[in-house]
Amino acid sequence: MFDKLDQIFVTALHWLVSYVPEACRPLASSLICIAFVLSVFPAVFSVTTIFERKGIGRIQNRYGPNRVGIPFTKIRLAGFGQFIPDGVKMLTKEDIVPRAADKVVHFLAPVVMLIPVLLAYAVLPFGKNMTITDYDAGLLFFFAVGGAVELSVFMAGWSSRNKYSLLGAMRAIAQMVSYEIPLILSAVTVVMVVGSLNLNDIIAHQNQYTFGIAHWHVFTPWGLVGFILFFIASLAESNRTPFDLPEAESEIIAGYFTEYSGFKFALFFLGEYLGMFAIIGLGITLFLGGWTSPVSFLTWIPSYVWFFTKLMAIVFVFIWIRATLPRLRMDQLMNFAWKFMLPLALINILVAGIWHYMAADWPRWLVCSAIIFGAYAILGRSLMQNQNFGKRIYRYAE
Amino acid sequence: MSPLQACLLISALLFAIGFAGAVTRRHAILVLIGIELMLNAANLNLIAFWRFSPHPEALTGFIFVLFSMAMAGAEAAVGLALIIAIYRHKKTSNLDEVKELKG
Amino acid sequence: MSPFFIITGFVTLLGAAFAMSLRNLVHCALAMAVAFSGIAALYLQLDAQFVGFAEILVYVGAIAILIVFAILLTRSGEAPEKSVLTSGWMAGIAVSALVFTMLGWAVLNSSAIPKETPPAPVATVKNVGDALMTKFVLPLEIIGLVLTAAMIGAVIIALKEDSQKSKSEVGGYQ
Repeated sequence: MFDKLDQIFVTALHWLVSYVPEACRPLASSLICIAFVLSVFPAVFSVTTIFERKGIGRIQNRYGPNRVGIPFTKIRLAGFGQFIPDGVKMLTKEDIVPRAADKVVHFLAPVVMLIPVLLAYAVLPFGKNMTITDYDAGLLFFFAVGGAVELSVFMAGWSSRNKYSLLGAMRAIAQMVSYEIPLILSAVTVVMVVGSLNLNDIIAHQNQYTFGIAHWHVFTPWGLVGFILFFIASLAESNRTPFDLPEAESEIIAGYFTEYSGFKFALFFLGEYLGMFAIIGLGITLFLGGWTSPVSFLTWIPSYVWFFTKLMAIVFVFIWIRATLPRLRMDQLMNFAWKFMLPLALINILVAGIWHYMAADWPRWLVCSAIIFGAYAILGRSLMQNQNFGKRIYRYAE
Repeated sequence: MSPLQACLLISALLFAIGFAGAVTRRHAILVLIGIELMLNAANLNLIAFWRFSPHPEALTGFIFVLFSMAMAGAEAAVGLALIIAIYRHKKTSNLDEVKELKG
Repeated sequence: MSPFFIITGFVTLLGAAFAMSLRNLVHCALAMAVAFSGIAALYLQLDAQFVGFAEILVYVGAIAILIVFAILLTRSGEAPEKSVLTSGWMAGIAVSALVFTMLGWAVLNSSAIPKETPPAPVATVKNVGDALMTKFVLPLEIIGLVLTAAMIGAVIIALKEDSQKSKSEVGGYQ
């Protein structure tokens, strides 16, 4: 019974497509999958904005939005309906374009940001047999469309003819390009051990259970380090705190989307959050087992429930980090990427190689953990030599 | 016209456009853009011939194109570094004005 | 030749034509990015998946960004007032038209071109990896060396000059 529940979306797709004549079946199938992605992920986006505002509010010792329910009715949902008036506000605000702005490029920048991000959802496995296009080189496709987002950031910053927009765009591109390298290198360790770029193969490699616990990559030394590096790099790729210098209000107004208002800003905002979900989805697929369950006695829960649970858990950690950590300065950010994360990612590749070739017994755990810990300690010590920190002072809110 | 001929004509036209731009425009970066378009036309030619070859499982054209892309990246990086260095020295990136070996 | 193929080819050529003829350099760079994506789509239609994705990753994701950064670093963001063409531009266009005519004639009249489409080749990542590691391992290592040399060379060429010299040129600006 649970198998049928697990495959309910796949059977629904086949049933819907069977009503279409034979020739149009691939087109109909793709259109239905596109409709699925376009309806589910903006809904997750709305839920995330509410959780973000309420969560950050609670961490900062205040309530978030707590009044709006369903508009035009008397239902009070304690603030969970906030996304409806937010959406209406963004859609109805006046669309101001600066007089000196380059109109065509200014118009196209949000579109060029949204399209690669939506394309990236095509290779993510949302559940068992639930990948929209199962490319042989799916991981490469994901990183390729991730690289196309940087062009849209430049288009937005340059076309506004605003020196702060341009500065914010340059900083954002430098940050995204720098953090792409540890991102890709930490994904390379997974590819090395699994032997395939296909995301479903990577999940199948993690779908085995020993003593009831799954073989997720995050439970191995190289996988843990890889996951942490991937997590930090994905924080930087999505321009989230502590890496949100290019778009923080107190730094540079809004960076490269200063001159955007109304629907175009809504598209940028949507594109940013959808990019965040896509890259978290990839991290879950590579390191946290995708749609598999962590313990063998919980495999009856449907696979898509596991995927979205893990997605929301990591989104919660993103929100938590946003409310807790201070922002990194631009040079600190770049130093961190090039001097700390890149060597650690390269050493992680070495450790993954050692793991793959040693016998499957306890010595390999010891050797790999020792190498990683040694590298981390040495890198950390040598890079922090010139910092003179005083004693830490804590101040609590009354 | 077979599909191979269509591909080859597209790549020939792309090459001609890239060549026209590289030879006609004055700005150094546009010459570089023209060169990149010519390289891409050659890569397209290689992939078209690989696809329609009698032994595509040898992957020769495929691997050639991968290496060609890597070389194009390296060459673009060095070329752009040169253009930036020349701009810093001569305050112009106009090819008509950078024609003296002195200085 | 499916209509999709014709549209992709047309978009690519249009992007390339705009890249070479617009006055504003940033518009040229963006049109070039469109041309690159068109070429990637053509690769995907020729069953060369890995090369198509690599094209987007390398060209659109890296080379287009490099060119845009160089445009900004050489202050060429605004459209120039004088003519954008060199002095001998007519000869250039004539030669390129001649080149295209020769190539087109050779392609259309060649007898070495097969008439029917062979079955789709199997260019999986595993095959590419095997080929790279067995038959093409020497070019792979050499290209690693070349990329390292190019990276170091580009950094050294574009590095700012001695701070002593720049301070004396600028005066008491600091």
